[in-house]
Amino acid sequence: MNPAGAKTLGMWLFVLSDLLTFATLLVIYTALRLANPDWPKPFALSPSIVYATIMTIVLLASSLTMVWAVDAMGKNDRKRAVQWLLATILGGASFIALHLTEWRHLIQIDKITPASSLFGSVFFGVTGLHMAHVAAGLIYLTVLATGVARGKFSAEDIETGGLYWHFVDLVWMFVFPLVYLMAVKP
Amino acid sequence: MTIFSTDHKVIGKQYIGLALFSVLLGIVLSLVMRFHLVHPDAKVKLFGALWPDGAPGGQMTPELYLSLMTIHGTIMVFFVLTTAPQSGFGNYFLPLQIGAHDMAFPVLNMLSFWTTALSLLTLLAAFFVEGGAPLSGWTAYPPLSGLGRITGPGQGLGQDLWILSIALFCVASLMAAINFIVTIIELRAPDMGYFDMPLTCWGWFVTALISLFAFAVLLAGGILLLLDRTAGTSFFVPGGLIVNDQIQTRSGGSPILFQHLFWFFGHPEVYIAILPGMGLISTILSTFSGKKVFGYKAMAIALLAIGGLGFVVWGHHMFISGMSPYSSIAFSVLTLAVGVPSAVKTFNWLATLWGGRLRFTAAMHFALGFVSIFITGGITGLILGQPGLDIYFHDTYFVVAHFHLIMGVAAIFAIFAGLHYWFPKMYGRFLHEGLGKLHFYMTFIGVYAVFVPLHFAGFVGNPRRYPDFKEYEFLKAVMPLHIGVTHAAYFLAAAQLIFLFNYFWSQRRGAAAPANPWGATTREWRDD
Amino acid sequence: MAIAILIAALAGATLALFFQPRWWFPDAISAHARAYDSQFALTLWVIGCIFVLAQGGLAWIAFRYRDQGQTPSANSGNNRLEIVWTVATAAVFLALAFAGQGIWAGVHLAVDDPRALHVEVMAKQFAWSYRYAGADGVFGRVDIRQIDDAGGNPFGIDSTDPKGADDITAAILRVPAGRPVELRLKSRDVIHNFFVRELRLKQDVVPGMTIPLRFTADKPGTYEVPCSELCGLGHHQMRSALVVMPPDAYEEWLQEARQKVVLP
Ligand code: HEA
Ligand code: HEA
Ligand code: CUA
Ligand SMILES: [Cu+2]
Repeated sequence: MNPAGAKTLGMWLFVLSDLLTFATLLVIYTALRLANPDWPKPFALSPSIVYATIMTIVLLASSLTMVWAVDAMGKNDRKRAVQWLLATILGGASFIALHLTEWRHLIQIDKITPASSLFGSVFFGVTGLHMAHVAAGLIYLTVLATGVARGKFSAEDIETGGLYWHFVDLVWMFVFPLVYLMAVKP
Repeated sequence: MTIFSTDHKVIGKQYIGLALFSVLLGIVLSLVMRFHLVHPDAKVKLFGALWPDGAPGGQMTPELYLSLMTIHGTIMVFFVLTTAPQSGFGNYFLPLQIGAHDMAFPVLNMLSFWTTALSLLTLLAAFFVEGGAPLSGWTAYPPLSGLGRITGPGQGLGQDLWILSIALFCVASLMAAINFIVTIIELRAPDMGYFDMPLTCWGWFVTALISLFAFAVLLAGGILLLLDRTAGTSFFVPGGLIVNDQIQTRSGGSPILFQHLFWFFGHPEVYIAILPGMGLISTILSTFSGKKVFGYKAMAIALLAIGGLGFVVWGHHMFISGMSPYSSIAFSVLTLAVGVPSAVKTFNWLATLWGGRLRFTAAMHFALGFVSIFITGGITGLILGQPGLDIYFHDTYFVVAHFHLIMGVAAIFAIFAGLHYWFPKMYGRFLHEGLGKLHFYMTFIGVYAVFVPLHFAGFVGNPRRYPDFKEYEFLKAVMPLHIGVTHAAYFLAAAQLIFLFNYFWSQRRGAAAPANPWGATTREWRDD
Repeated sequence: MAIAILIAALAGATLALFFQPRWWFPDAISAHARAYDSQFALTLWVIGCIFVLAQGGLAWIAFRYRDQGQTPSANSGNNRLEIVWTVATAAVFLALAFAGQGIWAGVHLAVDDPRALHVEVMAKQFAWSYRYAGADGVFGRVDIRQIDDAGGNPFGIDSTDPKGADDITAAILRVPAGRPVELRLKSRDVIHNFFVRELRLKQDVVPGMTIPLRFTADKPGTYEVPCSELCGLGHHQMRSALVVMPPDAYEEWLQEARQKVVLP
């Protein structure tokens, strides 16, 4: 039924529309920030920015392993593909774990919550939506990994999954500078 | 026919069934509203039984009226006009018209439908929770919709369910949009180029493209509004508020921001409602005048132009919202510009008829009625599109008249035309032509009788979203008008019974139809 | 055949309704309102002609080309025609858009008039209040914690600010005829809308913002102010009035009101 490329195209369309959802959030963030000149800058270089940088590196690394997974699947090396997929899942999971630690830190020590201030609203709104995407990605990748291990799924399926994962990664590359680096303590 | 079918034809029919259920509910709500507007003090036992809290002793409260209005608008826009013309007809006929066996992703298709159904259930559930359905209109502007129960009954759980329903609807529509676009790009018959597709396919294609972007933004808006309500964030809540004598601690957000998000979606949404109908009308006019569509390429390009320009005119709903007066000027120019491709379409429809041999089938009646109503409803857009003039008309019944004509009934006429036209393909039988024409005449007259007079209420300055008109001296003058409109609405609604009878009776008993009863040239009539 | 007649008849009836005088705008009471009326009349004539031509054309075509056994023409397009009507429509529409900007600019891009009377307007679910500066000509500071509707202090005039002690608070908007007025619209809860039909003016009142609205009314009288943005269950009862007074009567009222001011 599905001609080659249909799934990839479908995923591209999804990514396009999801990108717009994120763009909306970032536009809101920009508008609110411009309207409130006394925007707080709560992030100390250490630990917050250090943490966030590590998270960024982990996520980037997981994109790399995803590339290898796609590559292995392209060569029909299912075992390798599963391994790289698992590595990717590990990267994503560590990202979430680190992120949650960072959240807890903010909530308990800096007393910033979604309801505490506009900054909190934006911070938790944007990063929360992103984290939800990472979490959904983990489920998606798990399904792929188990499927591939059992001999299901084609190279295109893995490629499609890769597209999603790179997209989640890409969004973070916007979120990180906009939300973190622009709120570093002066 | 299994319930969780992945067959595009079954899903198409399911969507049409959902739309039919919704439209009946929407009509009933509108009749109750019309009744209340002219008999605000009446005690009706039935209302008391249906809504013990909203209508104690049968006497309807203002909040009940407003919640009926909210659900009426939401149902009609989302569950009728965003489902039947696009997902209903589109699912059924797009694959047939481009020579595909099914949609590109049948399982996703099934999921879209059931998510839509879930979304409808979520919306209706709002009636049954504490406080009832929300009363903030289908536009749900914060802070009214963003602060919870303190802004009014219905603004508690009812409003949460409303937002949740809309979010689900967004997800369902996004899935459907992806499916449509991929199907058109990937599954067209090898000999069919883009500019060989029937205009119906162009209508569905452009609509899917619009949906892909518009619903993504609404989804973001919905999520943020939900966070404002449940997580205590303040995206849309400014500082220094005292609501219901309670000081609010949140600060910094902007209510107008939500309006930008809503209308960035909302304006394209009205085109989502009408573009599939436009495509359909082109096909029907051409078939029954025995001619090709006049200016095929111009028509396809006009659809694209409406879709594209539609994304930069949202500000015309916000001329008096307090946004920068300079942006109003820009939005005004763009708004009138988006009228141009609509006019081009109208001219081409007339030119398609010109020199033809017109066969006045029921479908053709509705198609001609569509053109007439589209002109009547669209032309008032040229008044509303000027911010200087909109100052007076915004939020009056003039706007209500505008959008009911062009959206409400023009798009609905396209559905009727489509049903009469495609019924033989869907059920192997004809809808009864005589009943169809009778239904057409009553509906056509009824529609003008209901919605043209409402313009004049707008001239008097009659605000919309008023549960009654007792409080104001100047509104006494419009009461006769409203009474007339209410009677016309009863008549109009009664006329729909003819359609209902015809629709269900003909499925079993209608005259058997040959393979290509109208002598049409598109692919769906060819094979099988 | 029948449908051609029906289209013509319905369009004709619609048109005829526009000549009835009963349900129409109320009389204009400001220069802006009169300018509004003439821009509206112009627009109405333009679209009226389009309406007649388009509906009449539709009805006529439906009648003329009804099935009489003729052979349909094979004509399926004409690029020159497409260009002509696209450009013509664009010209008409854009001309309308630009013609309409004058009245908009007159209201929203006008500069402050030094002679203007400033009045603060506060909207809440579901009532309006108006505040005039006292004899010192200065509005006192406000503090939302001091808002007390029952105690006659809906604005929350700060009792520690002497400049506010003489501010006048009223439930009805009174202005002198012929003098420019600048309202400053504020809301303390949800969005409301200030609408005076006779002025052809309408403005959303948005919490968190102060929005100016300028007018000069020249005809004394009492005009109703209906709230025109959905604000909750009392939306339809959120009524106020604008009273335009002859200047000397206004002065008289003002003196009286100043004497009645009690310190909040
Ligand atoms: C299907 C839905 C649909 C469509 C197609 C349109 C089409 C148009 N709409 Fe409408 N509109 C709505 C649905 C729709 N609208 C809804 C639902 C609302 C209210 C929402 C709410 O507040 O609840 C609304 C509100 C609305 C407003 C805001 C009013 C207010 O709240 O203050 C404005 C303002 O500019 C506007 C303008 C227009 C214009 C300029 C067009 C144009 O695209 C129209 C183009 C058509 C024509 C112009 C007529 C046909 C052409 C000819 C006859 C050619 C002949 C012409 C010449 C020779 C010059 N609309
Ligand atoms: C599709 C859009 C649509 C449709 C069809 C209708 C139909 C009707 N509407 Fe509605 N209406 C809205 C969209 C629509 N409305 C919206 C968006 C609002 C604004 C809400 C808000 O302010 O938040 C509104 C508000 C609104 C108000 C204003 C309330 C107020 O401001 O206080 C009124 C008052 O008279 C009204 C009346 C009616 C009436 C009498 C009908 C009908 O009775 C007309 C008769 C019905 C038909 C002619 C349709 C028949 C169709 C079929 C039988 C089925 C077709 C087949 C399939 C689907 C398979 N509507
Ligand atoms: Cu205040 Cu409506
Ligand atoms: Cu619009």
